Amino acid sequence: MATPANEVPAIEVRALHKSFGDLEVLKGIDFSVMPGEVVCVIGPSGSGKSTLLRCVNRLEESSSGQVLIEGDDITHPDADVDALRSRIGMVFQAFNLFPHLSVLRNLTIAQQRVRRRSRAEAREVAARTLERVGLSDKIDAYPSHLSGGQQQRVAIARALSMEPDMMLFDEPTSALDPELVGEVLAVMRDLARDGMTMMVVTHEMGFAKEVGDRVVFMDDGVVVEEGPPRKILTDPQHERTRRFLQMVG
Amino acid sequence: MTKRQKQRLVRGALYLVFVAGVLAVGLLADWETTRRNFFNAALAREMFPDVLTIAARNTLLYTFLAFSFGLAFGLLLALMRLSSIRPYRWLATVYIETFRGLPALLTIFLVGIGIPIAFGTRWPTLVTITLGLGIVAAAYMAETIRAGIEGVPKGQMEAARSLGMSYTWAMISIVIPQGFRIIIPPLTNELVLLIKDTSLLFVIGTTPATKELLKFGRDLLNTHANATPLIVVGAVYLAITVPLTQLVRVLERRNARSR
Repeated sequence: MATPANEVPAIEVRALHKSFGDLEVLKGIDFSVMPGEVVCVIGPSGSGKSTLLRCVNRLEESSSGQVLIEGDDITHPDADVDALRSRIGMVFQAFNLFPHLSVLRNLTIAQQRVRRRSRAEAREVAARTLERVGLSDKIDAYPSHLSGGQQQRVAIARALSMEPDMMLFDEPTSALDPELVGEVLAVMRDLARDGMTMMVVTHEMGFAKEVGDRVVFMDDGVVVEEGPPRKILTDPQHERTRRFLQMVG
Repeated sequence: MTKRQKQRLVRGALYLVFVAGVLAVGLLADWETTRRNFFNAALAREMFPDVLTIAARNTLLYTFLAFSFGLAFGLLLALMRLSSIRPYRWLATVYIETFRGLPALLTIFLVGIGIPIAFGTRWPTLVTITLGLGIVAAAYMAETIRAGIEGVPKGQMEAARSLGMSYTWAMISIVIPQGFRIIIPPLTNELVLLIKDTSLLFVIGTTPATKELLKFGRDLLNTHANATPLIVVGAVYLAITVPLTQLVRVLERRNARSR
């Protein structure tokens, strides 16, 4: 990216509100992620952290407020949402690979349709990103033949194939068997090391502490506190944060 | 009497009634006349090859045309029903409820007499047939296709959209292909129904070259005053439909296993 760090935030959320019917899930969120930064969002279930993440690429429509992606307002009615989304990779809790397509096709279909890359070019990028997640040998496999950990790594590779400026992770290891969590976190750690901008909703406190540049604690639709992982996780200022951290252990 | 004895008594009585019924039919029916009227080998032989080269061929052709039309139009209706635009949903619902609620024969009849009146000319028979039967088929298939599309997990659409694909592209390349995989068995069932419903097309009016199976059989019944042609065309129907229903069974079993 040409933009120097510390200038335009990769993600900037301003006074974001979101209600489902009568239930207010986000009660005015102000929050930003700078280019190259890894921000981990933690909090109890139902705190609105996944909803916030989904509002960032407008999978969820916000009720009011703004989300700026590298300065472009994705919540604006005239925004080219598809173009903005193609700059934001997203990884889901349930992987959401396309089961009717091979791994290769999972990785190339959006490149060809959205990025207008040729087949050969898309294939080349796909091969490169698969190597990055350590699954080059699975290029012709179908998702149902892969383990959960492998599926999630393919899903990360699929997002990376679009060469996004930033990545969103929605509890990427929550659906995995414990022994498969490590391989996915390892891939994410590599990504962070390579300077990828990341917003990670997670319950993995170890990952947040080790890889995160900043931790954001959310509860009941608001950001309670945020700061350097070591500070938030070991010396929280708020009672709610303290209680949550005690619970997760 | 214990419960078990009672059960045995009821079962015994049922067998008795069944055997009595079979005996009554066997003894009372006039088998010689029946054989002559329904199983006349010479007449059956006479029907070939036309029953296959004309009648069965037409039945299959009409089925194919109506199915193709129904599939394309049904997909459109299904997408309209799932649309976020209210008038689309409303229109599709009215269409589907109307043509599922009317007897197919009535719809085909209305198309048959409606087109010449409305447009002043007769349209080619194939077009009229495709429309008449296809309009009904589309209404049924729309509901099947909608169920298929709704059966695809929401995450699939979300994943496609998150990669920057438009709604239309995500539908075409991600959701619809998966939806169709789910509905291949019910869709094959509808194909079988459609094969049988081609027998209603006689109301559109046919020439010797455009007769489908049942019309072909009924015309011979009238000219020969003998029911053998009905038995023969019945056998031809079964030769087409039974393999298909068996195929559905295999597909359903495979679907159940892959889940």
